[in-house]
Amino acid sequence: MLLVAAGLWGAMDDLLPEFLAETNESLAELDLALVKLERNPEDQATLSLIFRLVHTIKGTCGFLGLPRLERVAHAAENVLGRVRDGELAVTPDVISLVLAALDRIKAIVAGLGSTGAEPAGDDGAVIADLNRVAAGEAAAKPVAAKSGGAAESASASPSASAPEEAPHPPADTQGAEGAVGAQTIRVTVEVLEELMTLVGELVLTRNQLLQLSRTQGTTAFSAPLQRLSHITSDLQEGVMKTRMQPIGSAWNKLPRLVRDLAQETGKKIVLEMRGQETELDRQVLELMRDPLTHMVRNSADHGLETPEERRAAGKPETGRIMLNAYHEGGHIIIEIADDGRGLDLDKIRAKALAKGLATEAELAVMTEAQIRAFIFRAGFSTAAAITAISGRGVGMDVVRSNIERIGGTIELSSTFGAGSCFTIKIPLTLAIVSALIVSAAGEKFAIPQISVMELVRVGHDTDSGGAGTDEKGGGTGMAIEHIGETPVLRLRDRLLPLVSLSSLLRMDAAAGSETTTVVVTAVGSGLLGIVVDEVFDTEEIVVKPVAPILRHVTMFSGNTILGDGSVIMILDPNGVARSAGVSSRSAPGAGEASPGQRSGTGERVALLLFRAGPAGATYAVPLSLVARLEDIPASKIEYSASGPVTQYRGQLMPLVAMDPGSRFAVRSGAAEDEAASQPVLVFADGERSMGLMVDAIIDVVHDRLRIELGGGQEGVLGTAVIAGQAADVLDTGHWLTLAWRDWFGGDKPATAVRHHVLVVEDSDFFRQLLVPTLSAAGYDVTAAGSAAEALRLRDGGLVVDAIVSDIEMPDMDGFGFAQRVRQGGAWAELPMIALTGRGGAADESRGRDAGFTDYCQKFQREALIESLRQCLAQQVLV
Amino acid sequence: MSSAATTSSGGQGGAAASQAYVTLMLGDQLCGVPVLAVRDVLAKQPIARIPLAPPEVAGNLNLRGRIVTAIDLRQRLHLPKRAPDAGAMSVVTEQGSELYALLVDQVSEVVTLKAADMERNPPTLPPVWAENSRGIYRVSERLMVVLDVDKLLQIDTGMAA
Repeated sequence: MLLVAAGLWGAMDDLLPEFLAETNESLAELDLALVKLERNPEDQATLSLIFRLVHTIKGTCGFLGLPRLERVAHAAENVLGRVRDGELAVTPDVISLVLAALDRIKAIVAGLGSTGAEPAGDDGAVIADLNRVAAGEAAAKPVAAKSGGAAESASASPSASAPEEAPHPPADTQGAEGAVGAQTIRVTVEVLEELMTLVGELVLTRNQLLQLSRTQGTTAFSAPLQRLSHITSDLQEGVMKTRMQPIGSAWNKLPRLVRDLAQETGKKIVLEMRGQETELDRQVLELMRDPLTHMVRNSADHGLETPEERRAAGKPETGRIMLNAYHEGGHIIIEIADDGRGLDLDKIRAKALAKGLATEAELAVMTEAQIRAFIFRAGFSTAAAITAISGRGVGMDVVRSNIERIGGTIELSSTFGAGSCFTIKIPLTLAIVSALIVSAAGEKFAIPQISVMELVRVGHDTDSGGAGTDEKGGGTGMAIEHIGETPVLRLRDRLLPLVSLSSLLRMDAAAGSETTTVVVTAVGSGLLGIVVDEVFDTEEIVVKPVAPILRHVTMFSGNTILGDGSVIMILDPNGVARSAGVSSRSAPGAGEASPGQRSGTGERVALLLFRAGPAGATYAVPLSLVARLEDIPASKIEYSASGPVTQYRGQLMPLVAMDPGSRFAVRSGAAEDEAASQPVLVFADGERSMGLMVDAIIDVVHDRLRIELGGGQEGVLGTAVIAGQAADVLDTGHWLTLAWRDWFGGDKPATAVRHHVLVVEDSDFFRQLLVPTLSAAGYDVTAAGSAAEALRLRDGGLVVDAIVSDIEMPDMDGFGFAQRVRQGGAWAELPMIALTGRGGAADESRGRDAGFTDYCQKFQREALIESLRQCLAQQVLV
Repeated sequence: MSSAATTSSGGQGGAAASQAYVTLMLGDQLCGVPVLAVRDVLAKQPIARIPLAPPEVAGNLNLRGRIVTAIDLRQRLHLPKRAPDAGAMSVVTEQGSELYALLVDQVSEVVTLKAADMERNPPTLPPVWAENSRGIYRVSERLMVVLDVDKLLQIDTGMAA
């Protein structure tokens, strides 16, 4: 019990103020109602109101773990229950007794309000009186006498205000209420709403004034106007703050709801909630409350299967419903997912047909997404049986219209048999945001400041492309370059994908402008550059939702009126990214991947993302492995007997296509389009180089590489979540050997003795890179993820011939490991090669001191293999 | 002067009595809109175009601080485009608390007509007119098409709902 109470404590902190406010209101109402009842004992409506109010107070106390309040309220409820059942007459004495109980409750609530805990005290006398009446024993007189006694016993309690209040008539108790309720007052949403509208208008007017004053130069009005402007901003911020609430407050009731549903339906359900603290506008929150409840109910009732069904489907018996909320740009994303049966498209089709919502021919050409969208139609329900919980067909259509009313969108993804996920995107606030005003093709647009990272002014397009123009323009002015058709900007050490606003919006670009500006925006967890013609200033804009007939243009999140009275559209960078084909979807688990939380394999690496292969999948490769990115014109691609090659820096470079069916993989009979070109990743090692032909370079990102091994696809190490999206991590070794069979010196004759090498490396990625590399070079390889694991292998009697170890590892680093190895044991004499990301003589000598035989840079395969060969040769000689 | 309720129920309510219509011109065609559905009549306004919007949507205009979506009825009813220099007047109407400006060539008088005199659409009316018309009146030797504002505002956005 104690544990449960402790567990509740966090929730209580939030609930207590609300409880106090509510209870105070109820108490005031009770006072009035009791007095009314006394005057008119036959008034059943008042009686049941009183009963209900006391019952609610009792119930909430029990929930919050307030035993003293609960006991008093319970005793009072007993009396009222008897009265309601007609077993007890309403006499002034009974009323007084109940009022006395209420006064006691008020005193306790007052103590609760000031100290946050129930004050100590003994309510035995009050409770005993109430119980006696409830039991029907005591009549009027003793009770009246006792009620005085109750007041006396109250005076013994430490709560100073209690004794004075108890005997007073109800009207005087307002003082105590005021003291408790002083910190918070309840204001109707309409009042806040009106304030917000007024502030919105004020901001617009302020903007207009500022606009005017800009053209006037400095006048006597300038200074006061400046002040007015500041005050307006502060006022706006203040009003906004009154409206923000954590989304968790809309979720409070869900655990209970799910528990009840689970009982009712005989299912096992856990509800997981993440991101409760995400704050959003109260108005938005209120409008989301019912849709959320409905959707969770739907998930529990329709989505999840019974334990038997789940077992039969090979799933754990307990179904999961996951709620997740997080910010993305100026929006809140709420996800409601379950791992239930998912949507049965056939069932939906049949239903749509039965309901006459679509004809068979129409259904035949619909995409899955369009068919799923039927569940948002009015009167549509796929539940076979209408249950008490859901399935009456009032629901998802209401959910969608509620969400759309606040300028939000709802998307549904579902896999039959594996579950469904609703993604709701709603604006953070419906009110006012700061926005950057830009223009493209003569039209102005607003970009919410919150998603603007920086502005980069660039010169006009330079003709880039073609082999041989490497390392162009290192430090000179920024310029937009092209990889194939894709414009990119090399911004510091990253490739920034660009979209031109005017072409994206299908407007005629204004010709001949000398410079353009790139607005670097944060989309999802990546960056996107939006190319605009001109950038004006920032302005506070009042976001107004777009008309319903424009909702399908997802590139706009709203529209607004500027200070000069013109109407402009507000761009949604995420929508822009989606339209441009740049995925902006953050990984569902993005919230837990925040820096510092992950331990262990936490190295951030620069990764090149590119698209390739028949399916156009996204691949990743560490940028450090790639020597250069080139765009090779079709005319430069020649064909040798073994495949396509190109002349690259005076040598023939073999080209390997990731997609055997791609355009340049084999010589095609048709005349090649001379203008076409092929993006190529160049891998170089010493004299040798090789070009990997891909479809498009997407981006360079810095991220941790955590490979979820699997797939078993050739040329891929596994799949990892990189910058919020799934990418296949390239097994460079596979592709390099396709070009040069002896890339890793692999054509050496199979040695009589195969040496056994132990690789100690904490990074999954490098471990997975090293093992095949060394295997290809003719070694047996054992891998260990940490120094401790390696030492355990030693103590377990593993026999190896050499050790290759990383230096930077958590817990015990490479130096420590080498010292431990050298201290004794089976491996004390083995050659040890250190692998490091950083070079430097100091490091190297430290490594040698620690006992390493040799020192190699990571990624220098040839050096590593050479070093191993030498070390092992010496070993043999010794 | 009007409210959402009257807009949506429109002319049907006046079956017993008579109904006032704002008359307007679209090309050579006389049209009428129930007067209760009209909030404002505007002279030519600056209209900010909206990229990617359906072709019927001419853009946005600012009506005393409210954003109004302008629908070009010529586009909507498949009429030839207005000459670029010809000014368009707008009839502002409200639907679901959103304001829409219907761009027409000319707005003229208000006429009051008996509901009983309304005739049904002739079956030969082009489909786009038939869909958006509630019926036909004979007004001073000319035929007036009663436009159904709610239908006019149902613009196909190219998305399956």
